[in-house]
Amino acid sequence: MSGTQPGTPAFPEAARDAVRDGTLRGNLRHATRTIRGKRARAVAELDDWAELRAAGKAIKDRTLRHLDHYLVRLERSVTAAGGTVHWAADAAEANRIVTGLVKATGEREVVKVKSMATQEIGLNEALEAEGVRAYETDLAELIVQLGRDRPSHTLVPAIHRNRGEIRDVFAREMAAWGRPAPDGLTDRPADLAEAARLHLREKFLRAGVGISGANFMVAETGTLVVVESEGNGRMCLTLPETLISVVGIEKVVPTWRDLEVFLQLLPRSSTAERMNPYTTMWTGTADGDGPRAFHLVLLDNGRTDTLADEVGRQALRCIRCSACLNVCPVYERAGGHAYGSVYPGPIGAILSPQLRGTGSAVDASLPYASSLCGACTDVCPVAIDFPEVLIHLRERVVQGGEATRNGVRVRLRPAKGHAAERAAMRAARWALDHPAALRAGQRLVSRTRRLHPARLPGPGRAWTDARELPEVPPEPFRDWWRRTRGDAR
Amino acid sequence: MRVALFVTCVNDTLYPRTGRAVVRLLERLGVEVGFPAEQSCCGQPQYNTGYRREAEPLVRRFDRAFAGYEYVVTPSGSCAAMVRDAYPRIGAEAAAEGRGTEAAEAAARAVPRTYELTEFLVDVLGVTDVGACFPHTVTYHPTCHGLRALGLGDRPRRLLSRVRGLQLRELDGAEECCGFGGTFAVKNPDVSAAMGADKARAVEATGAEAVCAVDNSCLAHIGGVLARRGSRVRAVHLAEILAATEEEPHG
Repeated sequence: MSGTQPGTPAFPEAARDAVRDGTLRGNLRHATRTIRGKRARAVAELDDWAELRAAGKAIKDRTLRHLDHYLVRLERSVTAAGGTVHWAADAAEANRIVTGLVKATGEREVVKVKSMATQEIGLNEALEAEGVRAYETDLAELIVQLGRDRPSHTLVPAIHRNRGEIRDVFAREMAAWGRPAPDGLTDRPADLAEAARLHLREKFLRAGVGISGANFMVAETGTLVVVESEGNGRMCLTLPETLISVVGIEKVVPTWRDLEVFLQLLPRSSTAERMNPYTTMWTGTADGDGPRAFHLVLLDNGRTDTLADEVGRQALRCIRCSACLNVCPVYERAGGHAYGSVYPGPIGAILSPQLRGTGSAVDASLPYASSLCGACTDVCPVAIDFPEVLIHLRERVVQGGEATRNGVRVRLRPAKGHAAERAAMRAARWALDHPAALRAGQRLVSRTRRLHPARLPGPGRAWTDARELPEVPPEPFRDWWRRTRGDAR
Repeated sequence: MRVALFVTCVNDTLYPRTGRAVVRLLERLGVEVGFPAEQSCCGQPQYNTGYRREAEPLVRRFDRAFAGYEYVVTPSGSCAAMVRDAYPRIGAEAAAEGRGTEAAEAAARAVPRTYELTEFLVDVLGVTDVGACFPHTVTYHPTCHGLRALGLGDRPRRLLSRVRGLQLRELDGAEECCGFGGTFAVKNPDVSAAMGADKARAVEATGAEAVCAVDNSCLAHIGGVLARRGSRVRAVHLAEILAATEEEPHG
């Protein structure tokens, strides 16, 4: 993965501003609660949801176990259908391949359908450095791009913006990117959508190159699948002469029968719809229809390393539905930007520190960006055990251990800044394993209870800043037991 | 029937009245209660923060302390979940890392005998009316570990519904985490406090006199936020409500 920007703050610091931003919290709360309720209703309509979910998990696990096999099969199918397959080990290689392909066409502009993989590798910036301008065409992505903002949600990247803010961004910025916003633009959703439609239509008709991601790739036929709501993606996928798809290697499914399961799981989990409005599928090239040239860039960028981890690999089952974000109480308060990555919320907390490693401050803090409440696991359509992976990664952060980086098995040292905590945990372990010492400590706490300050120093300050401390009782339970019952078991 | 009380380190040190309530309640129901003094902590703070190796001796200690008891009952959903979910993992990893099968065997003995209090009452003793009397309005917060890790379902509510004089008030967003999360409260203080404030507001909106749960750690957080807000709502462990009677009302 392209790595984090140097100086990207750790999650707790990044979350602080968001927690204090009342508008942002209001926007997030309203949006996530609405979609949470809708999802629950959409899922409840299917009486075989549990079986579908188990099937989705099983298909993903089997595919990941034999990923090499299915990727080679996919490559054969895509090539046979007239496409070209490129393999990219990391972000730099993927960007080099894509910018090279675009420049070879002579075009200076590309249209894009929402793709997290291209955000993950920073493709827009790489293209810009080569004098190529990339236009986002997904409505929410457009809002984010025009607002010089970053996405904060997987499915609804502009979830943190309300209608008034979107109107202001359109009115102010559209002219610099193409067709300006109509005069007197209001914040009515229909007016905003129409302004975006007119602005984008120009670009679709002009563009010679389209760049996309894909939700799924079917190995048996070499077919790529994009699931979307607006139809803008279909414009990108069908109008340009050249189509370049950048897709993470974990998105492959073996057969169309497997795809059927995910086309039921994804829309209900993600937009709470029975079926999404547009499902576009393309297989290589065809004469007189669609793009004349098709390139598939298969992106690794830390995925093979993640696959090598027996506990952590389940993160690669993710189908990017964003249900975990919508139920996460931490995401709801902190917003997506605090995760310092294109993948926010619970999935970001387990995926980014695996794709990028736990070396940076933000990546070492992400496994702790959860109260382990498990709401994410409950809604995950492929049953990722988030708490299990979070705790596994916490161990990697504080104790180091074996991991795979760039295909090589390495022994990681513990992350910096945990020495005091480690010493405290060791001391606690000792005391807890010596009940006499524990009892002495408890007695000391009880006897000095009148002396305890209301505000604690050190790490305890975080507690007393927002909460009262429980009152210390005069006598621990074990002393009461001994006093009233004796030591008899 | 003889059962061991696993009081937990938090209850032992800060909430001994919850431990005393469990003893009173179980004895009232005809259960002989033992308290092995060798017990300490389940290891959850260590394990959940990433210090699995520091939790390993506590798995073996748990096994030693409760050897010979058919049932171990604990008034803590999260500690019961720790035993049930994490002990087998800790044991398997210890074996995989070449430290023998002792921890795995300890886990295998600990898991089937460990019950959260409401599970024990409903599933083992088969009672929902425990003869309690608590003439107050109460709201119930289903803690995350009780709700999702243990799957307590409606057991706590069934017990509460048979308490004389008790009026249960519905809690809006009940299934949302209160924001405690062990070391989460210290490592992510702003987010934790924001979650706690929302939970406290929801509790206050019920108009209940008390909020109850099956875990004092969550209640310490919710109660701490409520107290800082100057609220009059009390945080009370479910066991204390179930232990209260007309003759011996809750203190």
